Amino acid sequence: MNITFRNETFRDDYTFRNSPGAIRRFPFPFHEDKYMYSVNMEPHVPAGPDGHAYNKPIDVDEHYLAEMDDRAKVLKEDPLRYQALPHMMAAQWDTLELLMEAQAAGYPGHFTLEKNGDQWRWINRPMGIDQAFTFGDASTLPMEPLEFITRQAQGDFVIVDQRDGQLWCDAGMVTTQADWSLDFDIGMNFHEWHGPVPLAHEIGVFDRALKFLLNLQQGKPVRRLNWTMTINPRLDTSPENYHKWGPDRATVTPENVGDKVHLRCELQSLWRLPRSNAILFVIRCYLIKMEELVTVPKWARRFHRVLRGLPPELVDYKGLTRYRPTTVEWLSKFDDGLPTSPGIYPE
Amino acid sequence: MTINTEMKVRVTEIRQVADKVKRFRFERAGGGPMPVFSGGAHVIVSMRDGKALRRNPYSLMSSPEDTKGYEISVLRVENSRGGSAFLHEKLKEGDELVLSQPVNLFPFDQRGKKHIMMAGGIGITPFIAMMEQMERGGKAFELYYAVRTRSHGAYWKELQQRYGAHRVKIYCDAEKLFIPVGKILANQPLGTHLYVCGPAGMINGVLGKASELGWPRQNLHAEEFLAPPPGKAFQVRLAKSNRAIDVAPHQSILEALEANGVDAPYLCRGGACGQCETGVVSCDGGLEHNDHFLEPDEKASGKKIMICVSRITGNAVTLDL
Repeated sequence: MNITFRNETFRDDYTFRNSPGAIRRFPFPFHEDKYMYSVNMEPHVPAGPDGHAYNKPIDVDEHYLAEMDDRAKVLKEDPLRYQALPHMMAAQWDTLELLMEAQAAGYPGHFTLEKNGDQWRWINRPMGIDQAFTFGDASTLPMEPLEFITRQAQGDFVIVDQRDGQLWCDAGMVTTQADWSLDFDIGMNFHEWHGPVPLAHEIGVFDRALKFLLNLQQGKPVRRLNWTMTINPRLDTSPENYHKWGPDRATVTPENVGDKVHLRCELQSLWRLPRSNAILFVIRCYLIKMEELVTVPKWARRFHRVLRGLPPELVDYKGLTRYRPTTVEWLSKFDDGLPTSPGIYPE
Repeated sequence: MTINTEMKVRVTEIRQVADKVKRFRFERAGGGPMPVFSGGAHVIVSMRDGKALRRNPYSLMSSPEDTKGYEISVLRVENSRGGSAFLHEKLKEGDELVLSQPVNLFPFDQRGKKHIMMAGGIGITPFIAMMEQMERGGKAFELYYAVRTRSHGAYWKELQQRYGAHRVKIYCDAEKLFIPVGKILANQPLGTHLYVCGPAGMINGVLGKASELGWPRQNLHAEEFLAPPPGKAFQVRLAKSNRAIDVAPHQSILEALEANGVDAPYLCRGGACGQCETGVVSCDGGLEHNDHFLEPDEKASGKKIMICVSRITGNAVTLDL
């Protein structure tokens, strides 16, 4: 079944919306009425009700074209959102193959991959791209393989190299990030780039997560959900552009919570790459407005409770301080105190 | 929920390639491609040998881009615990086996300006796949390959023909020729990485020499698969599931657990990867650590054991399982 792509924006007039179907498929990140960091990784296998974001290993949805357009704009203003250190070329090809194969298999009406030995042809119908190239020969593509494919795939992409019992952030395409910078983090190891996260270090989350990831196996990708909140449906909440979106956090009023305040969920999947032995880290961002979220009564109740009970360190770290009280107050109207069912899916 | 990614394969070719060394080619039993892998990777081969289920790691030596099949080479060891004897004497072309997905605990550093490989005997196998990948990627490399006699050494002729005698050098014990480790390591450009695969004595000797010469630790890489050493029989008690399982003299703890239907995690089965690290609740006797994974202080603490290769000297150990 083909997707109808929305014509919308993630900046200026902010016309982004979720269709009713897109609301139901949203990867809601809370499986219970409270939240704390954990190594909440599970096998990245198809799951969820029909149409859910978990159905396919690489998810394409109604926001595809608008997101790709927004990425192109970000890259035009700031080319350093894409970077790859020279030793990551094998991992770039690994990633290109993975994304092309997954998109073609998942959405054959939109994407086609033809392979004849190392002579490949990639057709992306929504974007009007038809590219023949030699797999392994970067000179046959208009740009580096990782940039080429990640301009055609939703989500941010980071490739981490594995050396000396550590993971190193050595390549990426990052334009839809929750306030972190590839340009700042490139070349850092796992502990360095997680340095700013509060509380989690103390409970040993990162040591356990690193140990787990070092033994991540080919053919067995894993996923986890992370979240924050964003005012206005802005994908590019980068430190580089903080001056453009930071002040928005002071604009929330009881009247505009439903439209302005968004839950921002990251579906993170991790894949061991075959040729390079590196790990591909896909960080796919999903946005949902409060007025959209409360159309699912279970999520309305639960998010109210999670936000109300969030530890102060996390409130600060996630940048929610200014508008959390207004949002909790607004959400309280949708929480009748009834119990919620376990799990993340709508009832 | 776990994903079962094991691959059912058929043995499509068995060939004697040197004294006591056979090469096996596996292709998917149901057709279809095998995954691409990276040079240095191994697979776990699961063998049904009568009543026993044997699972051994072997390095992949075929071209990493050859998705039609995988190849391994196996040395028939004298006191085989069963794996190499089964592969050499019982396995026939057309038989079926199960392979794990490839796992790489011995990858080459993609940043390396130059790669020096030193192989002893059957330790050549991961380097065959690595050189294939390095050649394709235009990387500079040299192989120094020590064999007992020329007839014991597998593949040296083919490798010399393929990559040239200037990049593949052979040293034969029987001819009193030994790898001049000190001379080779004393004069290499910055950014050179060194890889060693062979018997423990060789690995320790080469890495010791490299450290002595001031090589940074990050540029030194080695792989040695340990077969679980035999010992006395003992009992494993499982604290969480409240069970007691006997471990036979030629069995590892992991194998004893599997034989009794306990599903324990593992990746390399050779004491290297850390996946099977298990908490020790108590131990009547001493822990006999045979792995390369735990740090010396962790071994001394008596609180952890790698159940794929380590055992105990006493009568019983209680594990946090």
